[in-house]
Amino acid sequence: MFSFEEKVIPLDTWITNFIDWLVEGYRWFFQILKWPVEVTLTGIQQGITALPPLLVIAVLGIVAWRVSGIKLGVFTVVTLIFIGLLGLWEDTMITLAMVLCSVVFCTLAGIPLGILAGRSDRFEMALRPMLDAMQTTPAFVYLVPIVMLFSIGNVAGVLATIVFALPPIIRLTSLGIRQVHPELVEAALAFGATNWQVLAKVQIPLALPTIMAGLNQTIMMALSMVVIASLIGAGGLGAPVVLGLNTLDIGLATIGGLSIVLIAIVLDRITQSMGTTKKQN
Amino acid sequence: MAQIEIKNLFKIFGTNPTAGLDLVRAGKTKEEIHEQTGLTVGVQDASFTVNSGEIFVVMGLSGSGKSTLVRMLNRLIDPTSGAVIVDGDNVMEMNKEQLVAFRRNKTSMVFQSFALMPHQTVLNNVAFGLELAGVDKTQRYERSMDALKQVGLDGWEKSYPKELSGGMQQRVGLARGLAVDPDIMLMDEAFSALDPLIRTEMQDELLKLQDRHERTIVFISHDLDEALRIGDRIAVMEGGRVVQVGTPEEILQNPADDYVRAFFRGVDPTGVIAAGDIARDSQPTVIWHTPQGSPRATLEMLNNRDMEFAYVLDSERRYYGIVSTDSLRSAIEQGATKIDDAFIKEAKTAKVDDSMQDFLPEVASHAWPIPVVDENNIYQGVVSKNLFLRTLHRAEENAHFAE
Repeated sequence: MFSFEEKVIPLDTWITNFIDWLVEGYRWFFQILKWPVEVTLTGIQQGITALPPLLVIAVLGIVAWRVSGIKLGVFTVVTLIFIGLLGLWEDTMITLAMVLCSVVFCTLAGIPLGILAGRSDRFEMALRPMLDAMQTTPAFVYLVPIVMLFSIGNVAGVLATIVFALPPIIRLTSLGIRQVHPELVEAALAFGATNWQVLAKVQIPLALPTIMAGLNQTIMMALSMVVIASLIGAGGLGAPVVLGLNTLDIGLATIGGLSIVLIAIVLDRITQSMGTTKKQN
Repeated sequence: MAQIEIKNLFKIFGTNPTAGLDLVRAGKTKEEIHEQTGLTVGVQDASFTVNSGEIFVVMGLSGSGKSTLVRMLNRLIDPTSGAVIVDGDNVMEMNKEQLVAFRRNKTSMVFQSFALMPHQTVLNNVAFGLELAGVDKTQRYERSMDALKQVGLDGWEKSYPKELSGGMQQRVGLARGLAVDPDIMLMDEAFSALDPLIRTEMQDELLKLQDRHERTIVFISHDLDEALRIGDRIAVMEGGRVVQVGTPEEILQNPADDYVRAFFRGVDPTGVIAAGDIARDSQPTVIWHTPQGSPRATLEMLNNRDMEFAYVLDSERRYYGIVSTDSLRSAIEQGATKIDDAFIKEAKTAKVDDSMQDFLPEVASHAWPIPVVDENNIYQGVVSKNLFLRTLHRAEENAHFAE
């Protein structure tokens, strides 16, 4: 038995059977789960692609200018025009929609979970191995069950992205809450704050810069999933990369990759300055 | 009138505190319990009362349990056993809502580290307690501005805490405590983080505020000078126990044990012991406007008793002056019939709350014992040279004994 020449624990078969059982019996349940993501994604995507490109560029440029400065504003406008001229405008908008959609769900789930983890050691302990697994499990491993349960396409891509991009915002929200000086919490309690008041008036405002850093990281992680999501049929900037890879079209793969990097830089700078302006106030 | 009453309060930190409680009650020491069970005894069997309107200082070295004790008064830390009774209500039995209401209306707290919200302006920090209590904005800001004025910080309301110096930040902390207009203020080493000059200034400020509006203040301190300076009464804590409660004079003159004595070593007793504490009614007195109060009768009485000085009072024991055998004799020779002709001109009185330091020159430069009177000029007794020296000597002796 301990010569390790044969498989003794057939874990792989068990897992296969388990997934088969899930797919056969409970696919309807996962389709229900999929529904809100689908609605949100379609909404964002239709909205953003319906807008004239120059308007989108102007809006993003102005946002960058307001939160950071004229330099980032100009950089954003130039970058987006460049991507448009590369012929990747539509793919970029799909990617933006997918990233935005994943970030919406990551924020909705991540901030409350992070707050809970920040206020309870036990919850944090239970959560941490799950977050580790979500961040380190190679995406290819969960792509197959995701396809089986949710079928292929943009929505499945967004779900895979959420799995990968959710941990940072949870971790950093928890960290932010924990970094609030205990004396400030004590002072609030001493003046008769309820639990909610401690959270709303002390912990969240003071944790906000850290939470924003978490949001920034979540956006970056979501962008890094763009190519992998394309493997299960999601569109966007990952598609030319995967296509280029399959057809050995180096040029196509490169402009796809370059656009992802440029979009990442723009989003990173914008969200980072959002975090720091909050801190200065 | 007692405002806060603490009865047999215990706090044991650890996973199974009740087990520790049994051990403490069985007479085990803090160290033995820690060794046996890993539990830490924070406060053991503390009982005392705080009167309304007084500054009650809880003094002890770090680790003596004083910060734990003050946090049990508003249950920032839940006691393991015992009762805290404030205005007749047992704080221990309050549910969540009652406790929140109690903290909003009855008490406020000032912290060593100031604990100001860095993301809020000074005004919003001061208004914090009122905001929590749901007071509307205009009233909230009005009361906060008033509190800022009381601590001398009007004009700074739009600044952020980090723009202020430490002393000013603690004034904001003080204003935050005042704005909710509490009956009781808990001050946890409130001035300890400030440098000595600012600390004295803040102590004066506190006394001034107390003059204008008397509140019950429980003040935690490790600084003896501070305790003596502002405390109406002091509780000395050691190793979680309250070893002595009393006025500064009582504790200084009569320390309960070596620990208290050691604490007070190096304190100049003349600055703390007041005339009223040591005055004795040891000298003959005569009542004016009575036959006995005539110069001749008084001289006769002094001669008979072989005493040199007599203190002249009226029937309500109001003090008028001192006569000596010499002054009486010369007045009689000049034909005086009233005793005030024999008063010693340079005689001065000491007030009951004058410290020994204050009237030391009087005692040193005159032959007669210095009369002590209260604020209504009622005679309380005298302090003689002999008594003065004996008091000094006893305080010294206490100090040396501890070394």
